[in-house]
Amino acid sequence: MSAWLVALLQALLYPALAPLLVGWVRKVKARLQNRRGASVFQPYADLRKLLVKETRVAHTASELFRVAPYIVFVATWLAAATVPLVALDLPIAAVADIIVLVGLLALARFFLALAGMDAGTAFGGMGASREMLVSALAEPAMLMAVFTLAMTAHSTSLQSVMAHHLADGFLLRPSYLFAFGALVLVALAECGRIPVDNPSTHLELTMVHEAMLLEYSGRHLALMEWAAQIKLLLYGVLIVNVFFPWGVGASFGALALGSGLAVVLLKLLVLGALLAAGETVLAKMRLFRVPGFLNLALLLALLGLLSHVILEVGA
Amino acid sequence: MSLYFALLLAGLALLLALGSAGVSLLAGRRPLVLRQVAMPLFGLAGVSAVLSGLFALLGDGSATTVLPLGLPWMPWHLRVDALSGFFLLVIGLVTSAVGLYGPSYVRGFERGRDSLAALGGFGGLFLAGMLLVVLADDAFLFMVAWELMSLSSYFLVAFQHENAANRRAAFLYLLMAHIGGLAILLGFGVLAAFGHGFDFDAMRAAELSPLWATLAFGLAFLGFGMKAGLVPLHAWLPEAHPVAPSHISALMSGVMLKVAVYGFIRVVYDLVGQVQWQWGVVLLAVGSVSALMGVLFALMQTDLKRLLAYSSVENLGIIFIALGLGLLFQGTDHPTLAALAFVAALYHVVNHALFKGLLFLGAGAIQHSAHERDLEQMGGLLRRMPWTGYFFLVGCVSISALPPFNGFVSEWLTFQAALQAWQLESGVLRSLIPIASAVLALTGALVAATFVKVYGVAFLGQARSRHVRRARPVPHGMRAGLGLLAGLCLLFGVLPTQIIALIDPVAELMVGSGVPQAGAQGWLWLTPIAPETASYSAPISILLLALIAGFAIWWFRRGKVRRIRRCDPWDCGFAPPDPHMQYTATSFAQPIRRVFALLFEIEESRPPFEDAAPRYRLRIGDRAWGLIYQPVARAVESASRRVVRLQSGNVRVYLGWTLATLLVLLWIIS
Repeated sequence: MSAWLVALLQALLYPALAPLLVGWVRKVKARLQNRRGASVFQPYADLRKLLVKETRVAHTASELFRVAPYIVFVATWLAAATVPLVALDLPIAAVADIIVLVGLLALARFFLALAGMDAGTAFGGMGASREMLVSALAEPAMLMAVFTLAMTAHSTSLQSVMAHHLADGFLLRPSYLFAFGALVLVALAECGRIPVDNPSTHLELTMVHEAMLLEYSGRHLALMEWAAQIKLLLYGVLIVNVFFPWGVGASFGALALGSGLAVVLLKLLVLGALLAAGETVLAKMRLFRVPGFLNLALLLALLGLLSHVILEVGA
Repeated sequence: MSLYFALLLAGLALLLALGSAGVSLLAGRRPLVLRQVAMPLFGLAGVSAVLSGLFALLGDGSATTVLPLGLPWMPWHLRVDALSGFFLLVIGLVTSAVGLYGPSYVRGFERGRDSLAALGGFGGLFLAGMLLVVLADDAFLFMVAWELMSLSSYFLVAFQHENAANRRAAFLYLLMAHIGGLAILLGFGVLAAFGHGFDFDAMRAAELSPLWATLAFGLAFLGFGMKAGLVPLHAWLPEAHPVAPSHISALMSGVMLKVAVYGFIRVVYDLVGQVQWQWGVVLLAVGSVSALMGVLFALMQTDLKRLLAYSSVENLGIIFIALGLGLLFQGTDHPTLAALAFVAALYHVVNHALFKGLLFLGAGAIQHSAHERDLEQMGGLLRRMPWTGYFFLVGCVSISALPPFNGFVSEWLTFQAALQAWQLESGVLRSLIPIASAVLALTGALVAATFVKVYGVAFLGQARSRHVRRARPVPHGMRAGLGLLAGLCLLFGVLPTQIIALIDPVAELMVGSGVPQAGAQGWLWLTPIAPETASYSAPISILLLALIAGFAIWWFRRGKVRRIRRCDPWDCGFAPPDPHMQYTATSFAQPIRRVFALLFEIEESRPPFEDAAPRYRLRIGDRAWGLIYQPVARAVESASRRVVRLQSGNVRVYLGWTLATLLVLLWIIS
């Protein structure tokens, strides 16, 4: 019973912490650019404001446009809930493994892209088309990267992967290095960060993710933005907890959970700062440079998988 | 005992299908008979086939009977076992939906000049042929049924024959079907020579040397692969499937391709038997290429039915990837893994039948009420025909392999089988499988892009032409047919353990091992290998999704924030949005076309800048035509030009040639 309670608590932590990570990245970025920047808690205030504002829907939009934010939010959240944040051995792991996680994110993206096309404007369709291009190349890389981990641990459950890595100690596997590189590139693409997409752009023609949200307002927009923030947190936790799982709570005691939370927050702060630094020094790529970027990710992931099955299985 | 029920019900289904054919042929041009007698009989044949399949899957063993038909020394042998039961179920499910859908759909043909008798008659014969193929227990009956299926579907492809393109498609189909049929016949010839008999029992008992077994496998793969539309033998499929009436397209894509899979499994697993892992490698390679090329070409299409036909090529590729994994594992002595891959393949067989049937019937519904097949003319159909729109959405989500629908389960199972590659001893095989699964992952993501395009362009946004703007909801019967398949898509996605328990006997029979672990943790948990290796709970996932979404919607419906105001879409402060400003199907696919440009044969003409009335032209061709079909056609033509010299028009010369041939043949066999 307490295991389910911890799982629920962890699931609630995702939407609660997601805006903070975004606020932190923005803050660091602002400081690196010699600006003072808004408070790290600004995303919470934005969400709150959007949630109470009047919601507008285009005349041309259908019912799907109004349902999509809920589907996107819930699917992203459920996907996040399966990623161990503060503790291992949660019962939610049996509900959904890594492939289901990728599937849930794909479900969210499917409805996000459809919602973009629903109002019947040029920008929505453009955003949807580009998003599907990016995801079509990023998703296989993501699956290959997680398959490398899954094959090493002989399990597609994320918790088993982490537990296996913890038991291994500081063993450096070449396949992990490749998978790590691939996953970082995929995370940048999937979360719509520079150099693939610019989350703070105001020019419709360069938008990818934002172009699909162009017609949204009020609580619909809040849910979509929140889902995007949860997705960023999800990928962040995936990277820090799978490749550096040390510190995650091994039991359900208050101390273990508390220290687990503190450690993961620390890791996320470092990751967020690195992301902000990367976004400061890099420029956004042209859309048709993105396939090359993602092919690199796919190649890295495939190399990781091949180096695992050739070098590490027999050895 | 229950197997005899199954056989009896299958026989009933056969009779009902033949009855439906007979009634329509007798009725001539009386539409009421087709609508109120022939189509219901067709649907009842489907229901009967479903029941027969269930009895066969739940029962044990097999039932056989001999009919006093056929050649004097070789009566027709019929047999039902778990494998044929499973395919009877697949045939029956789609046929039942077509039976519901058909009566209102064929109304659309009543005013035209096309023969209704041909539509109902060949439809019934087509169904009877498919049922007979899965029931056949000797090579002779199998080939008769196979030809019945091919020929009657040829007439259905040529149904609207006043259009020259349809005649050409039908001829190509006929040609390819017969080349494939020839390969199957030769394959049976090899088996019959070793088994000394044409019935399947004799062939099963035959002891083939590895070389001959591989030859039989190769011929079966060629023949059945051609029917299944595997690349590079797929070129007929996107021509033939779209031009048939939509309920027939649903049967051809959803069911007939599966009958080819049945034939392949029957011959390779059951009759040849001695599986070699090299066959698995061949299947894996061909399946991967088919899956990837199929989806890329599907993405490029703007004709909805043609797009769906290319997507069938892709799905058959996925099925053959899973079958290839199964052969690979079986050939290297991993029976439980082989069973897992085999179950994944069969699961995808039934899934593809359900969602492709649903999508083709949905395309038919659009054609029925908007008279349009071209995506570029559609738009905004969700608001004009909401039920069709929602059911079609279920089909799109299912085919894109998204949880919690059925397509996801089979893809998940295939990935799980592929992830067990580490158990293989050979390093080369261990590294081949990950590459195939990378192709599978890429395919899955591209399918999602394809169906976002289909749904977004056809059902969302604004109508791009006047007749689409005037589309009306379709009649209840058609809606019911769509609803049945949509419901089954959800059911097969939410209850995977039950479905796998149903498929398990087939794996036991063919592979010699089942997947007993799959439901070992209770019906909620799907654990194909072991609970700690992989587990997925579709019921709990959907419960959580529904609970949270319901809660969120309830939260926003209460209190003062519930108002929603309608307004104009964002126009950048310039011109108000116009339907022609929307992204089209072609423009949606343009980025992916550019990325994969090498694989297509693209002819593009951009108008010069100063052109006052510019026209943009784009043709995306299949490289298979230039690489394989045209050279073969040219070779055949030049060979026939040489042979034509023999044709002098003189009867005595012909008789001389005949005599010479006879003498040579006698010399060879003596």
